[in-house]
Amino acid sequence: MPEFRMPSLGADMESGTLVEWLVEPGQRVKRGQVVAVVETQKGAVEVEIWEDGVVDQLVTQPGTKVPVGEVLATLVGPGGAPSGPVAPAAKPAAPAVAPPPAVPPRAPAAAPSAPPSPRKVSPAARRLASELGVDLERVEATGPDGAIQIADVERAAKKRAPAPAARSPAPTPSDKQEAMRQAIAAAMAKSKREIPHYYVGTTICVERALQWLTAENAQRSVKERILFAAVLLRAVALALREVPELNGFWTDGRFRPAQAVHLAVGLALRGGGLISPAIHDAQDKRVPELMAALGDLIQRARAGTVRSSELTDGTVTVTNLGEQGVETVYGVIYPPQVALIGFGKVVERPWVENGGLYVRRVVNATLSADHRASVGHRGALFLAALDRLLQEPENL
Amino acid sequence: MTKDEIRQALIDALSAIAPEGDYDRLKPDRPLRDQLDIDSYDFLNVMVALHDALGVDIPEVDYQKLATLSAAVDYLSTRLRVAS
Repeated sequence: MPEFRMPSLGADMESGTLVEWLVEPGQRVKRGQVVAVVETQKGAVEVEIWEDGVVDQLVTQPGTKVPVGEVLATLVGPGGAPSGPVAPAAKPAAPAVAPPPAVPPRAPAAAPSAPPSPRKVSPAARRLASELGVDLERVEATGPDGAIQIADVERAAKKRAPAPAARSPAPTPSDKQEAMRQAIAAAMAKSKREIPHYYVGTTICVERALQWLTAENAQRSVKERILFAAVLLRAVALALREVPELNGFWTDGRFRPAQAVHLAVGLALRGGGLISPAIHDAQDKRVPELMAALGDLIQRARAGTVRSSELTDGTVTVTNLGEQGVETVYGVIYPPQVALIGFGKVVERPWVENGGLYVRRVVNATLSADHRASVGHRGALFLAALDRLLQEPENL
Repeated sequence: MTKDEIRQALIDALSAIAPEGDYDRLKPDRPLRDQLDIDSYDFLNVMVALHDALGVDIPEVDYQKLATLSAAVDYLSTRLRVAS
């Protein structure tokens, strides 16, 4: 029977509190539908379901804090009839294996050892592991030829998950701030521990792009005006087409390029905190559509109604700290992504062009990238493409 | 419309977007953005709110004339006088 589980809404999430069900038993649900609200360290998130079906039982009660991977509800497949009462879910087995050592034994640096052969994993098991946040390296395989199967992933998830906590008191604002700080700390520490960052940067003249935008905005009503950030996002999405190894995930020891560009945008929240929800399919959106999507995302991030897919689907992140007055951003990649593009403040600078000296508005663009997935030469090509695209704003 | 009324409309628009700001201690000649921690997206929404409240369509090239409270009140009262 299909199950709807507490999703992992980021590399740093261990548990979430079910706030509210938006569906009831017997109700038909469609893939992508928002079915529940979950309170995470990063605020309330509207969680979508990834299967069609009919809700059978709501296993978890609102107000309950449960670990990632725990069953929240059971479903029956499309067209199926809800079953009778089900037996309570099996209690998670006590951990049968010792936890891994905190510090992995260091291999001699010069040892000419062959890299470990990639483990065999069925596609369904891989998908489930990613949904449950299970590290495939730590799954005991029982399939043919040592392949990891769905049951192996489920067993590993159960071993890891502690028993669900009892109803927890409502978190206070300072609890929430502390929780968000912890979430940021976990993700950023993982990033700096595991990702070999390299950094490249360049100064891009944005005079033409800004003039084009001014002319564009002069024809638009006050409600339809476009921020320069949307122009930058468009240029990023297009430049990523030329250097696709910056768009995707590093998982299980290799780079998995993403087909679509789901552009995560770093947003500072009032009262502190940072959230990076994604604009889905940014590659298909022109500047006005990106502006609409960005505005919608900012409003919902501040209201605490981002959706689960927006927190998990980001394939690359853009951060724009120019608002705070800094000229250059040296970003930290959000794992398992492999790149972060930073824009600083737009400033007027002396600028030499065709032998003449002019005052021009410029912006520093930087790329922090994962050296396992790309090399500096390709990173440099990305910034060159970004520069070129911003010189032809009418084509964006 | 008096300057006081314009000032109140402006503060209403700002406080809808940055509710935790300390509006009693707002310094009239210092940039609003710094004092209220509003970004360009917030500012865009303040312009929309002023448009709805006062019926003034503020062109983008004039945004810099609304950087402080006193400058914004002056700008809006001029625009409203011209309009009436």
